[in-house]
Amino acid sequence: MSTATDYLLHLADNALVLGQRNAEWCGHGPILEEDIALSNVSLDLIGQARLLYQLVASLQGGDATEDKLAYFRDTGEFRNYTLLELPHSGPLSGYAHASLDYGTTIVRNFLYSALMALLWEALEKSANADLAAIASKSLKEVRYHLRHSRDWLVRLGDGTDESHARTQAALDHLMPYTQEFWTGSPAEAAAFAAGIGVDLQTLKADWDGIVDGALTEATLKRPLLEGYVSEGKKGLHSEHLGFLLAEMQSLARAHPNGNW
Amino acid sequence: MTTALKEWPLWEVFVRSKQGLEHKHCGSLHAADAAQALDMARDVYTRRQEGVSIWVVPSAQITASNPDEKGELFDPAADKIYRHPTFYEIPDEVGHM
Repeated sequence: MSTATDYLLHLADNALVLGQRNAEWCGHGPILEEDIALSNVSLDLIGQARLLYQLVASLQGGDATEDKLAYFRDTGEFRNYTLLELPHSGPLSGYAHASLDYGTTIVRNFLYSALMALLWEALEKSANADLAAIASKSLKEVRYHLRHSRDWLVRLGDGTDESHARTQAALDHLMPYTQEFWTGSPAEAAAFAAGIGVDLQTLKADWDGIVDGALTEATLKRPLLEGYVSEGKKGLHSEHLGFLLAEMQSLARAHPNGNW
Repeated sequence: MTTALKEWPLWEVFVRSKQGLEHKHCGSLHAADAAQALDMARDVYTRRQEGVSIWVVPSAQITASNPDEKGELFDPAADKIYRHPTFYEIPDEVGHM
């Protein structure tokens, strides 16, 4: 039986998993300024995840804590979109530096930020006052994430032959995963019924507008949405999430209840 | 499609703090253009609530005095203490200035 709390976990897991992915650029950014920019985005997302986990823990009661939710749940219990757990290596990463492809990072941040800029705005009217407050804070942050990723999307798409090819490849690779945004889940239905969540379908036209506008400016072709529809938000993940969680959770699991 | 520049131009960053009236120079960074320089300045120089407004200026647009001419430019002012307002006595009636 899904509840509105599962929806909050979905939002929290989205923020944490993408925050962890973006943090992988720390110390490896293409230039110093971007290294810091990506770390800022990452810290914003982890901050959002913390607030949401704290809210979930307070609703669950008992001995639930934000750390337990972040560090002691396994792959099948995570409710993030599959899109957010994928590695930064795109289909053309054979000639991208190491396994990190900035085009992939930017395209993913753009597609997700475009959604969250709309979703956080809608969640400001949530029946749950705590979630509404988190939405207001997060909205400011994600508007900057959208501005940052959109700016780079246009620069890379409308850049050199190399940057255009890599960004188009990243888009072709990632866009199909956005189908998951628009398919329902029991947790989303429960949250919507309780007045806490939003009907995502009402945001789709605006999201398409943001995406199409940026892609046109970036001289990129929007791929057709078809094929497998991922179901990360229902707990069915790609193999990549396990590796991500292993790295993120290992310290807390090696030293449970540790303080530093 | 354009050819990529090997090196991005340098920009000087000026930030105005919440209480401050003026933008103060706080450092420099490399960016492809002015808009990107502003965003990068936001990320690099205002992470700790340093500011509420940012200016960026192309470093190449700044004309600087020559350090070798420091003597003739600035030393002559050293013995003109009467140019400081503290040289004058303020009448008591004026009170605190």
